[in-house]
Formats: sequence, structure tokens, C-alpha cells
Amino acid sequence: MQHGKYRFIVGFLIVPLALYAIFVIWPFVQSIFYSFTNWSGLSPNFSVTGLDNYQRMIHDSTFWASFRHSVIYVLVLPLIVLAIALFLAFMLNVGGRRKRGAAVSGVQGAPFYKIVYFFPQVLSIAIVALLFQFLYNPESGALNAFLSAVGLDSVQPEWLGDPSLALWCVMAVLVWSQVGFFVVLFSAGMASIPKDFYEAALLDGASRATTFFRITLPLLWDTVQSGWVYMGILSLGAESFAVTQIMTAGPGGPADSTNVLSLYVYQKAFRDGQAGYATTIGVALLIVTLLFAGGVLRVGRRERLEF
Amino acid sequence: MGSTSAQNNNGGLGRRDVIKRSAALGLVGIPAAGFLSACASGGGGSDDSSAPKKTKTSAKNPLGVNATAPLDFVIFDGGFGTEYAKDANEVYNKSYPKAKVTLTATQKIQSQLQPRFNGGTPPDLIDNSGAEQMDMGVLVGQKQLADLTALMDAPSVDDPSKKVRDTLRPGVLEMGQFDGSPVWIMYYAYTVYGVWYSQTALDKFDAEYPEDWDAMLALCAKAKKKGVAGWTYAGKYPYYIPFSLYPFIGKIGGREVLDAIDNLEPNAWKAPAVKAAFEAYYELYKKGYILKGTPGLDHIQSQTAWTQGKALFIPNGSWVENEAAKTTPKDFQMKVSAPSSLDSNDKLPFGTLWASGGEPYIVPAKAKNAAGGMEQLRIMLSEASSRDFTQKVKSLSSFNGGTDGLTLSSALQSGVDALKKAGDNVLNPRLQDWYVELQKQKIGVGALGEMMAGRMTPAECVKKCQEFADQAAKDSSITHYKHQ
Repeated sequence: MQHGKYRFIVGFLIVPLALYAIFVIWPFVQSIFYSFTNWSGLSPNFSVTGLDNYQRMIHDSTFWASFRHSVIYVLVLPLIVLAIALFLAFMLNVGGRRKRGAAVSGVQGAPFYKIVYFFPQVLSIAIVALLFQFLYNPESGALNAFLSAVGLDSVQPEWLGDPSLALWCVMAVLVWSQVGFFVVLFSAGMASIPKDFYEAALLDGASRATTFFRITLPLLWDTVQSGWVYMGILSLGAESFAVTQIMTAGPGGPADSTNVLSLYVYQKAFRDGQAGYATTIGVALLIVTLLFAGGVLRVGRRERLEF
Repeated sequence: MGSTSAQNNNGGLGRRDVIKRSAALGLVGIPAAGFLSACASGGGGSDDSSAPKKTKTSAKNPLGVNATAPLDFVIFDGGFGTEYAKDANEVYNKSYPKAKVTLTATQKIQSQLQPRFNGGTPPDLIDNSGAEQMDMGVLVGQKQLADLTALMDAPSVDDPSKKVRDTLRPGVLEMGQFDGSPVWIMYYAYTVYGVWYSQTALDKFDAEYPEDWDAMLALCAKAKKKGVAGWTYAGKYPYYIPFSLYPFIGKIGGREVLDAIDNLEPNAWKAPAVKAAFEAYYELYKKGYILKGTPGLDHIQSQTAWTQGKALFIPNGSWVENEAAKTTPKDFQMKVSAPSSLDSNDKLPFGTLWASGGEPYIVPAKAKNAAGGMEQLRIMLSEASSRDFTQKVKSLSSFNGGTDGLTLSSALQSGVDALKKAGDNVLNPRLQDWYVELQKQKIGVGALGEMMAGRMTPAECVKKCQEFADQAAKDSSITHYKHQ
């Protein structure tokens, strides 16, 4: 039966594979090639400069600042978002007071909360960033107005203007805008866990925390894992770029305190006309992304439960 | 079932195999890397000039425009809109009725035009402005721009005995040059930079614009007592601070100091004038004369705080009138002034001003109708078109004159007055167009912003600026320029 199997599979996959090769693999190869050139991006002329760009990158302090922030993003952001989302989803589906007739149920008004949590996902990230920019306005923004309203007149942070706060301010926006999606995703996952498991656990006198860690989380693991990858891509890619570009001082500041690799690539390619060097940074970003994806797949490998 | 290791319990393809195979697919691509230049950056066409045959020049057609050639004009659709260009198109069409003029308005200059430059089919005239401006240093370095000297030497529309170059405001022509005499860029708008204020707000303190720094500090102290801040600025984009700081430095230490900074000379930032100016500005922070929270405000937010009367002064350029129009009260009396004197030892008199061109117009070297592009610019530099521009967009143009008889707003009038007062003492620091990254990200956000937020002392700021400048001077990947 083995004979001709691959030919058969390839026959079906030839078109998608060709598309994938042309539109995904080929640009990758191209970018890697450009990272060894001094192409400006503004004219068709360039020459190959070998490892010059890489050497330059190693000595570029802005690059290292951006690199550090991207790594912080990819390590911290998924953790926070998924933890909050898991907690909320658990409360919405399992965490409520027990009703008659049902083994488990969510807190009161769960369907309503589900919709509310999803709202931010409906807004484009650019709008979200703009709205938060108003919120963070140190002079007339809601946050500082709130602080002085509760008598904290002396505590008036400059939020995005303060290098020690700015990065966290930006991250908070992404947390706010992404949590809702994962609440809905995890809710759907939790809904597919058979209720008998919970019933059995409750009969044995398991607490809520135990049910969560012994039943919900293991059975939801696949969903969490894909959520993790998705969050990681998001925190290295378009979303982190958008909020940094729109909200931060400079953008990328103050004093490089919020720059991320995706934004630095853009700045080098489109502000400074150094597309060759930009692709070099892009290659660094690619490596970070691959390491992250590899790490998640390795850590996340667990026995799969069928139910 | 078979026995190959590719099989796992699911019976399908293992993940590892997929990875192996896609890696193999990737490898197939690598030998073809030689062809890469034919892709994203390719299609540039040959280098031999394929310029169209020159039409004969005449008094009416000094640039030798082909009367039937279409004109492809791309304009940045920003604060100035596109009306003035449409009007200029009409004038062009009057002279050349057979020419088809296309005006494309966009805010995405770079993303729309970069592929066209790469492909060798750029438009004939571009207003290269806005956030997506293409780096002109790079364009010049890559020989992508046409030399506008022919336009500069052509007779002007209003007075055939005068060349176009003699009808321009001070500094405009030099700004279009990078190295040597060719003129690559024609800056059409004329911007006055300085300290902006509301006369109405000053009247409340019985004050005129303070002409020296002691008076400035005294006025700020007086304002502070009434809960009004002296200054605010675009804290998130601290490269607005130089709009009043650089001419201040130039006024204290003379033109040479700014030129040395632009030329990235060693120790240029260590000139005493720089330190003196930094210390003066730092004092504003130290004495609490800067609006609270300013480092977290962007340009619009800071301008709004200013038009609301929360701060008296703001470093800015003449576009602020249009940009802040929505929040400006009717009786605001917006005005601009040259920076105050530091003391009587200043090299240049009060009135020394930073003014320079804005809205850079370029004609690509590979344009099909370069002569048409230049002719369109020549039309725009006529008195009639310039008046039209000033009336429509409330800004001066680079044409020297054309404001007599117009009723100007208070801001525009103060700009005209400031220029008159400055006379020959018009400064033109070039850092912001020669070294964008150095000016914005490094010196602006990385040093000046930090100092004005109180996180850096003037001495540290000087050191940091010098460090950044030295790095830029050493960086072989950027083109370096010198004042002529």
C-alpha cells in the first residue's frame, strides 16, 4: 500500500505547495539575500557587502534595545494575556455558584460578560492605540484625572513620557485588546469538556482550584498552546508594531525605551532608506520567532487525551 | 502498514517530516539567489538615458516642454491640501492644452512611489512630504533626482529679465543643494520656526514678547503664580524643541556653531553656545515653568494645551496655525517670535530667525516628462500662483513676495514681520533633512527630550549629543553632507 503514496499526496498538494513556495518561502530567501547587501530600497542598484550589516547590527545599541523589548514582549505578554483569559473563561463557564440541575455553571450574567470582553477585539488596533493615547495623556487624560480625583495629586505619572513606564503602558494596551478573544476561545474549549468530569470531581469534594488545574487546564491544553503561539506571533509582529508606532514618543522612545524589532525594521527601511540593513534586522526577528515557536512546541508537548 | 520511521501512531505524516521537506524546498531556492536582483529591487531598466527628444526652447517655453506629453504629478495630501496644485495644473493646461495632466493625491508617498522608483517609472513631479517622505539624501545619493538648475536659470513667469533663482526667499535654493551646485529639490512652502505665543495671553500679564532671557524667566515666574505654565512642547516628539533651540544656539554663538553641528564636526556640540542654550532651557524645567505632564504629550495635545491657555510659549513652525485651528479661540492672536537673547554677548541680534523651505518638490531623474515637471514648478513660482497658495493654505510660499494686498491672519502676518526683522539673519540648520535618524531618534528623543524632562543634565545632554553625532559621522552607511 505504501507504493506511490507520496506521489499521490504531492499530487493533491502541488498547487498549495507552489503557492506557499512562491509567496512565503521565496520572499524569505530573498530577504535573507538582501540582508547581505547595501540596498537602499529607493533604487534598483545595490552591491553585496557580505557580513557588514551583521557586524553593524551587533554594535547597534538601538537594535539591542529593540531586541530586548521584543524578547520581553514574547515572554511576558502571552503569559499575562493567557492567564487572565483562562481565569475569566473559567469563571464564566465553571466558576459560578452551583445551580440546581447543573453540575457546573458560570457566574451570573456570564453570556453578557462574554460579549463585553469581546468588544475590544472588534475595534481596530489603531483605534485602540489612539484611544489609549488620550487615556495616558498626563495633562488631561483620564488616568491622571482619576488619580487626582482620589486625592493623589502628587502622583501624576507621565505614562508614555516616562522611560520606566512607557513599555508597560504599551503592553497594557495589548493585554486589554487581546484578552477578550482568548476568553471566547477558551470558553468554547471549556464548553466541549464533558460535564461528567466535573460532576465526578465535585463528588470527590474537589475545590475550584483543583478542578481548574486537574481537569480544565489539562483538557484545554491544546487550545492554550495554540493561543500561546498566536499571542507570541502577535507580540512580535503587527500588533506590537502598531501600538508602538502610534502611541510612543518618537516613536520608539523615550530614549529607545519602547522600540521593538518590527518597528525598527520599518524605521530602517522606510525612514532611513536602508532596506538592506532592515532585512538584516528582519533576519534577527525571524530567528527570535523561530526560537519562540520551537520552544513553545517543545514545552507544550504532552500526551493527548481523547475524550 | 509500512515500517518506515516516517510513520507514527496517527498514520499520517510526522511533523518532523514536514519540517524536513519544507526545509528542502527552501534549499531549492538558494541556488537561484543569483536571480534575486530581478525581483523586489529589479526591473530598473538600463542606465543609458532614455530621455525623450528635447523640444526646442523659446521665450514662452524656456524649458523646452513637449506640448503633447502627459504630466504625471503626485502630491502629498496633507495640511496644505491639493487645491493649489489643481489651480496650477489649470495654468499649465492653458499653455499646453494638449497635455494630459494627472494629479494623484496621496498621504502614502513612500509606499506608492518606492516601487515606481525601483521599477524605473517614477512620476514627473512629486511633492515628497509628510510622514512617509522618501529620504532625499538617499535619493540624491542614488542619482534618482533630476538637476533643477535649468529651472533655476529659466526666466521667471512674471519678469522674464529675472531668473527663477532670483525670485526665491533666502535659503530656499541652498536647501535644495546637497553637494556642489546642482539643485535637487525645490521647497515650495516657506516655514518660519520659532517661539509661538498668544498675544492675548501675554496681554493678561501686561507683557510683550520677552526679548531677553531674564525677562522670559520673569514672565514665566509671574505666570506660574497664576497657575499658568511658561512653556510646553511636543514631549513625545521632542524634535520640536530645536525649532526654537537651534536658532537660539545660532544667535548666541553665531552661524558657525550651527554649521559645525550640521557638518558633524568633532566637538561641535561642545561649543559654549550650545551649553549656554541648553542650560537656559534646563532652567525652565528646574524652576517648574514647563507645563506638568509635557513629556507625555504629543504635538497635538501640547498645542491644544497651549491654545487653551495652559502654557504661554511653544516651540513650533508656521504650520501650527492650520494644525491647531480647531482648538484656537477666535481672540487668540497667534504670533511667532524669534528666540529671546540670552544676554548682550550674543553674536547675532534679536530677530535672528530660523526659516526654511517646506513641501519639497522633486523631479525624478527617470521621469518621462521632466521638462513638464519643471515647467509646472515654474508656474507655481509665479506671483499669481503663490498668492493663490498663500490665500488657500495660509502659508507663505518660497516666492519672495506675493503677500502685499492680502489680508493675512495674525500668525501669518507675524511670520512676515519676523522675516522682515530678521533681514539677512535667517538661519537654516540642516540636521533634520540631512540626518533624519540622528535628529529625531537620537538627539531629539534620546537627548533633548530627556534633558527637558529632567532626566539628564545639560552637561550630560551635550555629551550625549556629541556621542550621537560622532556615531553618525563614523557611520559609512549614511551619506554625509557639508555646508558649502
